[in-house]
Amino acid sequence: MFLLRLLLKNAFRHKLRTGLTLIGLVVAICAFGLLRTIVDAWYAGVEASSSTRLVTRSSISLTFQLPLNYAQRIRAVEGVRAISWANWFGGVYITERNFFPQFAIDPASYLALYPEYLIADAEKLAFFRDRQGAVVGRGLAKKFGWQIGDPIPLRGTIYPGTWTFNLRAIYDGVDAKTDENQMFVHWSFINESLRQSARRRADAVGVYIVGIDEPNNAALISQRIDALFANSLAETLSETEKAFQLSFVSMSEAILVAIQAVSFIIVVIIMAVMANTMTMTARERLAEYATLKALGFPPAFVVGLLYGESLLIAGIGGVLGVAATLPLSAAFARATGTLFPVFQVSPLTMSLQLLAAAIVGIVAAAWPAWRMSRIDIVDGLRHVA
Amino acid sequence: MSTDPASPLIRIRGLSKGYRRGDQVIPVLLDLDMDVAAGEFVALMGPSGSGKSTLLNLIAGIDKPSSGTIEIGGVDIAELSEGELADWRAANVGFVFQFYNLLPVLSAQDNVELPLLLTGLSSRQRAERARLVLGLVGLADRADHYPNELSGGQQQRVAIARALVSDPLLIVADEPTGDLDRVTGEEILGLLEQLVVEMGKTIVMVTHDPKAAARARRLVHLEKGVLVDEVGA
Ligand SMILES: Nc1ncnc2c1ncn2[C@@H]1O[C@H](COP(=O)(O)OP(=O)(O)OP(=O)(O)O)[C@@H](O)[C@H]1O
Ligand SMILES: [Mg+2]
Repeated sequence: MFLLRLLLKNAFRHKLRTGLTLIGLVVAICAFGLLRTIVDAWYAGVEASSSTRLVTRSSISLTFQLPLNYAQRIRAVEGVRAISWANWFGGVYITERNFFPQFAIDPASYLALYPEYLIADAEKLAFFRDRQGAVVGRGLAKKFGWQIGDPIPLRGTIYPGTWTFNLRAIYDGVDAKTDENQMFVHWSFINESLRQSARRRADAVGVYIVGIDEPNNAALISQRIDALFANSLAETLSETEKAFQLSFVSMSEAILVAIQAVSFIIVVIIMAVMANTMTMTARERLAEYATLKALGFPPAFVVGLLYGESLLIAGIGGVLGVAATLPLSAAFARATGTLFPVFQVSPLTMSLQLLAAAIVGIVAAAWPAWRMSRIDIVDGLRHVA
Repeated sequence: MSTDPASPLIRIRGLSKGYRRGDQVIPVLLDLDMDVAAGEFVALMGPSGSGKSTLLNLIAGIDKPSSGTIEIGGVDIAELSEGELADWRAANVGFVFQFYNLLPVLSAQDNVELPLLLTGLSSRQRAERARLVLGLVGLADRADHYPNELSGGQQQRVAIARALVSDPLLIVADEPTGDLDRVTGEEILGLLEQLVVEMGKTIVMVTHDPKAAARARRLVHLEKGVLVDEVGA
């Protein structure tokens, strides 16, 4: 109690100095957490993806489509449990700024492969029955204030014209990692229209989603599928959904590394700032530490006082920093819209923030503590007045 | 002198102290012998730079001699390691400084309690003891005050209470009235005298002020590192 009181009073002896140091700490810890969360959000799609699903696409490029009749042939491959498909719709809702992913899917088979999208039975049925129907994630519905039954007009980019879908169902993610910012419509509805307007583009599939029985066989099954279409006009590339997602992320790998580097640099900077503060503080108290040593306190006591004070300030800064990260990341998520489907400060990030604060506290005190533990009492006492 | 000269509390023999400056050694104390009996109030006088503080610091165990022995209560403190010396100071020496050296963030009560952290006393026992000693120096009503809320004289009383609280054999004071006006200085000297007379403490005090020195029982003059004369008061 006595010591805690002494630490607290020492820490806030110079209110302005400690206050400014704390602000720096809070900003640094907060920025560290936010940047880490951005990186996490980037990878969230990957982590949410299942390893019991393969994605089969054109081996040339994602923009090349595959024939619909591949579905039967893939389904027949040994180890394949289920098959579905999806096309990137790429429509614009009012303005480009409202970007969110839309997929034209084969409803029953697709949703069967994605149990992480939870939909009430009645809504699911209503979606199945309405060929012009749409399902959206809870996040998207909230963002645009959509209610079941609302018409959703999308301006087509890949598929020309204005398309109006009826909102029939809203899905909830089974956990926080599930993307709640997607929209699904009937593939057959789009395809029907293509058959009339652009026959050559009809009956084409962007990607096949392949349900497999055993994740360990993913590589083997992928090979079997791709072998099936080797030397055909539309060769395929199959990989796990995770690998598929990563192929998007890796394009921005360099940016992610930069963001991570910056997050650590911020911590190093605040470390230097705080070390400077603690060194100044210690130097000012030279005579006090000499007095304590004269009274018989061991060097370890002085070291403890400095570390205690440094850790106390860093701890307060760390906790405030974590606390500030939560509302800030929520605001950030709102501001960036659906760019990051999942934007959440993870418990790991919060722990790392506190750990970073603790390391800052320890490093900042290291030099002054070492110096003060070694001061000569007689020299130190001379520093009075 | 009332105590047995055969077993003085402090027994200094052949004490030398020099400071190294580059290649040369500047001698400060030269082959000094001195005894102080238990219960004595000794004033150390001498011109500035004569080595008074140096001698006091050696007696208090916060400095190390170049050679010689400093036996205090039968222990040669020149032989002790840093850690042993710290423990020895905590148990045996009370410090009174010219500028009080109180911790500004602690109340008078807490400042006095501070040395007791090094004892096995419970926090209640510590608080009680500190309160008692603060009463002894006449500051019972200022226990909650911080150093900057106290006058110089009052701060020095708190410092004396801190020096007393662990009940040491020996109290060392380097110009304890050096920063105080005459009247307040007199009061502090009165208090120190009281410690010797009523509590049987041994005090070694450095002072410039002949009037202050006169309050001591014994006057020791230091001139260029040697004791030039001793005057029994
Ligand atoms: N760390 C040091 N390095 C070099 N010389 C020192 C050191 N400390 C003290 N001295 C020298 O030792 C001598 C004695 O110093 P000391 O402080 O003991 O004098 P003093 O008698 O207490 O003087 P004053 O009355 O001015 O306080 C001085 O000449 C001083 O310059
Ligand atoms: Mg001096």
